[in-house]
Amino acid sequence: MTSGAARFRRLSLGELALRLAVALLGTLLLLLLGLPLLSLLVRVPAGELLGRLRDPIVVEALRLSLITSTASTLAIVLLGLPVAYLLATSEFRGKRLLEVLIALPMVLPPTVAGVALLTAFGRTGLAGGALGALGVELPFSTLGVVVAQMFVAAPFFIGATSAGLAEVDRRYLDASATLRAAPVRTFFRVMLPLALPSLLAGAAMGWARALGEFGATITFAGNMPGVTQTMPLAVYIALQTDVEAAIALSVVLLLVSLAVLLSVRLAPSGFTALGVRAGFSDR
Amino acid sequence: MLVSRIAKRRGRFELDVEFTAAAGSTTVIVGESGAGKTSILRLLAGLDFPDRGLISVGGAVYADTESETAVPAWQRDIAYVPQDYALFPHLSVWGNVAFGLEALRVSSRDTGARVEEALGRAGILPLRDRRPAQLSGGQQQRTALARALVLNPSLLLLDEPLSALDLQTRRTVRTELRELLRGLSCITVYVTHSPLEALVFGSRILVVDQGRISQAGSRDELLRSPRSRFVAELMGTNLFIGQRAADDGAGSPRVRTPDGEISVGDDPGDGEVFATVSPREVTLHRDRPEGSAQNVFCGPILELVPEPPGGERLRVVLGTRPVLVAEITREAVIGMSLAEGMTVYATFKATGVSLYS
Repeated sequence: MTSGAARFRRLSLGELALRLAVALLGTLLLLLLGLPLLSLLVRVPAGELLGRLRDPIVVEALRLSLITSTASTLAIVLLGLPVAYLLATSEFRGKRLLEVLIALPMVLPPTVAGVALLTAFGRTGLAGGALGALGVELPFSTLGVVVAQMFVAAPFFIGATSAGLAEVDRRYLDASATLRAAPVRTFFRVMLPLALPSLLAGAAMGWARALGEFGATITFAGNMPGVTQTMPLAVYIALQTDVEAAIALSVVLLLVSLAVLLSVRLAPSGFTALGVRAGFSDR
Repeated sequence: MLVSRIAKRRGRFELDVEFTAAAGSTTVIVGESGAGKTSILRLLAGLDFPDRGLISVGGAVYADTESETAVPAWQRDIAYVPQDYALFPHLSVWGNVAFGLEALRVSSRDTGARVEEALGRAGILPLRDRRPAQLSGGQQQRTALARALVLNPSLLLLDEPLSALDLQTRRTVRTELRELLRGLSCITVYVTHSPLEALVFGSRILVVDQGRISQAGSRDELLRSPRSRFVAELMGTNLFIGQRAADDGAGSPRVRTPDGEISVGDDPGDGEVFATVSPREVTLHRDRPEGSAQNVFCGPILELVPEPPGGERLRVVLGTRPVLVAEITREAVIGMSLAEGMTVYATFKATGVSLYS
């Protein structure tokens, strides 16, 4: 009864105006965000889309993108996990500064990141000579693509993982220590499994960011088909010659991004259902 | 043998305690929340380290600020059951109980056998594949105990092991736990805020107040001569532990204790039961009373203590079996001209007994 009464309660003029304004602005924003995505999907028929994907340039770009983004994600996990652990578990001087530095690539214009990478690892860059002496050449190489992707994607992984590690209840770590587990064992058997949803989410977000990397890559690694031309670069080039191919590639990237985001959003609750994060959630 | 002499400062709170405990015994640390009970356990466990002092278990020195010894928790031969058990949510019951043995690199065959035995003894073998979230409070408590005991520790630390349980479960688990602790050969340190649990579990009781041990002793010692108002309040009750006596068909139900039978007002139910009688319910008589009081004990007056000091009432400690404490008015003491050493009769009504189980 009460809800019925509330539903039929007469709205004041002010409330009505406010609701109208919210609805109008919301619709505008949804159109602005949604329409481009929708039009991308309806522009090319599914059959033709598959045909386009067999184009050698497309296949090459896809292959390169998958390899480089996966490699950079693995490298970020390997190098980023200790940093995330440090940030999550210890207090030290300059910690805030370190956190800001690590997050910086998230807001830095990617082309600036590319220029920065050139000045550091370019042939005439700060560390360029040393790398050259070791026979490593980063600019305009596939390895350079990986480095550019790591630069922009690392903050996503480190941020999510250190937050996840910090969230692990101290009581479990104490319990582990009193059960004869050395700190390393406690980390791998208790802390890491409990923070796994955050770690996977961070890795997925980092991987998606690496897959979509454009500015830093084209600045630092250039645009050579088969060597440094990843999907976003191929989309940009194709747009100037073959619009249909650009759209086909874009659709693929859109679907991949959507899949990553969906899995990140859905996975943690899935893990909770498995009991990974449950147990003492009421405390 | 546990030797501990620990001092630790945290902000304004200062902990400074010294005590020993023998193998096969249960030492209960009782006090109000914030008294420093959990801090003591964490120091014994090696999760914290003292500012000053010494902790040794069976000759092994775990902490000694003089020789700068500080053995971390994972290298100590202890087991710690924290207040809400902290079972690993990502591991099954089996995985939880096997955790310590795996860390010790016990062979997987021995681990399997020992875990199975521990789960069997705790009666939770059928639950081996469940996650903690799928267990009841009582089952979680058994899992936590099994996880600790499977390590055969020299020192077992229990932090409020019953407080996370609902009242119904607490009754059965308490009885089980008492049996279990009686059979252990290790040193057990049991922390609780409940005076009754202290009386029930402690072969030795340490009363902790504001970071200090305000009194230590056996149950009877503490009942007989509480040395502070705080201890008197904590311990100011007469306790009987027993079981329902066979019904003789006449009168009120009775509880059989090792020191004889007492009449109680309510049905004590099955299993172990705790009966408490407030000192104010106990009345004293010079001669054997006739009439309706069902519970009559005879014994010498051990001590007469004004309660509070200089106040209108007195605590009368009686050398009856079991020790009884009565609290009566000064007038009554003068009227009966009671004095220490005099033999008196103490009575209390069956309806004055509170049953606790």
